[in-house]
Amino acid sequence: MSARDTVLASVRRSLGVTGREAPRRSAADDRLSRHPRGIIPKRGKLPEKQRIKLFCNQVEDAHGTIEQLASPEQVPAAVAAYLRSKNLPMSVRRGSDPRLEAIPWQSEPTLEVLLGRSDGNELASVSHALGAVAESGTLVLASGPDNPTTLNFLPDHHIVVVDADDIAGDYETVWDAVRDRFAGKLPRMINWITGPSRSADIEQTHLLGAHGPRSVHVLVIGKP
Amino acid sequence: MSVQLTSPQFKGNARRALADPQLQKALGNVGQNFVEKRRQVAAKLPEFDALCDAARDLKDHTLAHLDLYLEAYERRVTEQGGKVHWAVTSAEACHVVLDICKRVGAKNVTKGKSMISEEIGLNDFLAANGISPVETDLGEYIIQLRHEPPSHIIAPAVHLNKEQIEADFRRAHQSLPPGRNLEAPTALLAEARSVLREKFLAADVGITGANFLIAETGSSVIVTNEGNGDLTQTLPKVHIVLASIEKIVPTLEDVSTLLRLLARSATGQEMTAYTSFSTGPRRSGDPDGPGEYHVVILDNGRSAMLGGQFREMLRCIRCGACMNHCPVYHAVGGHAYGWVYPGPMGAVLTPALVGIDKAGHLPNASTFCGRCEEICPVRIPLPKLMRHWREREFERHLAPAAARWGLGIWAYFVRRPRLYRLVTRIAMRTLSLLGSRRGRLKWLPLARGWTRHRDFPAPEGHTFQSRWKRRARYMP
Repeated sequence: MSARDTVLASVRRSLGVTGREAPRRSAADDRLSRHPRGIIPKRGKLPEKQRIKLFCNQVEDAHGTIEQLASPEQVPAAVAAYLRSKNLPMSVRRGSDPRLEAIPWQSEPTLEVLLGRSDGNELASVSHALGAVAESGTLVLASGPDNPTTLNFLPDHHIVVVDADDIAGDYETVWDAVRDRFAGKLPRMINWITGPSRSADIEQTHLLGAHGPRSVHVLVIGKP
Repeated sequence: MSVQLTSPQFKGNARRALADPQLQKALGNVGQNFVEKRRQVAAKLPEFDALCDAARDLKDHTLAHLDLYLEAYERRVTEQGGKVHWAVTSAEACHVVLDICKRVGAKNVTKGKSMISEEIGLNDFLAANGISPVETDLGEYIIQLRHEPPSHIIAPAVHLNKEQIEADFRRAHQSLPPGRNLEAPTALLAEARSVLREKFLAADVGITGANFLIAETGSSVIVTNEGNGDLTQTLPKVHIVLASIEKIVPTLEDVSTLLRLLARSATGQEMTAYTSFSTGPRRSGDPDGPGEYHVVILDNGRSAMLGGQFREMLRCIRCGACMNHCPVYHAVGGHAYGWVYPGPMGAVLTPALVGIDKAGHLPNASTFCGRCEEICPVRIPLPKLMRHWREREFERHLAPAAARWGLGIWAYFVRRPRLYRLVTRIAMRTLSLLGSRRGRLKWLPLARGWTRHRDFPAPEGHTFQSRWKRRARYMP
């Protein structure tokens, strides 16, 4: 008997079932296909204006920083200003996500914009989030040909662009958006990011910048 | 069992822990930080209690249908190009990992934090076979340098002070200038970051645990604050996930419910910095990610727990809140428990995994104050489960002779109510007379374990039963 069969047989023996019972099978199938929502906290169900305000507050609570911009055209200047404020070289790396491609980067001629995955040598990256969750100030990023995962973790400073329209109140709303966009399957990697990397492993002292980015800066586009 | 088991020596371990000033200083941090932060963050979410009930129910549902969800999960992983390996025992799981490492010719292996890895003794096993994995969670890295097991399931180095960590870094990082200043915790963190960054970039295989496995999508989920697990699973050619069977959760909605509770209960955060959902290997066109994705699903005695009195323990999501709130853990720390899982959850889980004959002290090392049950986000009745272990220990004649004798004598009297009342009446009067002057007793036969450290409050002269009777007389 294979290890697989041994484990499943032992589970079934303990549960006193065969695995063929129709009511059990339909209960499990039903949950998987209907994926019912659980309890959504009230703060996850706020109207738009308050929702965006909550998101901004939660990002800051998680030690991130945030800026609201009226349009994508303002992104290059905001990125350049952020780099200057941190005394960083005028260079970022980004994926070729269409929403990032559409940004007029040449409007900031001193800003070098590199493309593709990170090999750990750049100080700052720019990503576009697929969505965000107001209840905890969480950004949701999906991997794909145009969105390298390495850009989320290797650079010291991570700048994330998100459309105000994509800021949901709760996680469940974002999951539905992901299901729609990727036809029911998940991309290889979904990263929820809530503030910069941190550790409290030394005497429970809270320190930022453990292995991932030391800072996370969010640019919200639209409806300032 | 490749992890050294010292649970049978719990009493000696505890005595040493109580006399260790470094440890006692470090343990002071647990009671203050974790407890207070959790209290604040739970108070900020009015739905917290309702979420705990929902989490209990969804875990119960999942366990009742575990075979079906495991099969569904495996199907999804396979459809997406990943491979599921099953392991009945620790040894089987270790061999699966070794075989993969050997097949791809792995020279450098990095690891994210995984309690399953500790449980199966993976690091020692790989080292014995010529592969030296590097732990990348800061706490795990520190204890790996010290060749120690974790003392806490989410804060593995919580028993250490920064001076000890500084000494370890100086010993381990000999290529760095000896005169460097490592006094501040930030300097220690910066040094670990640069040393481990090299390891991340050089790794051929990355091994992580999983906080959850999602049946609906075939995803493994890890939560980290450092980003170490994420680098571990993103950069190498091969990603291996280690998880036990009860980590399965049906859907993305279900995992969201549990994630609302996990960080709050564990570190007092609303959400950890990173929550990452991995689904299969790199897709065509992906610029990064592992080329191979393996999941090792471990049983190691859990399927047997599913059938008995301890099923509820399988709801555990490993937040560590029970140990953070445990007066016994606060006093003796995690190493005294003598295996991988300390605190109240360890006192229930360890006997199930290694045997009550070896871990009998653990469920006895509890005051039954009930705080662990009160704060458990999936409502595991930990004191009740510890009581079940005590009963089993007694039934199997494993309890110490003194306890068996004591219970035997007590049983003799309670089965003879008149005699019981007479003897207790005499005893209470005698004790009350002996202690009448100070209201407390300095010495008591058979209770030196108590009176050596503090006085025993003297009874005021009447038994509970006689007082109860008197009270009943005044009732209408």
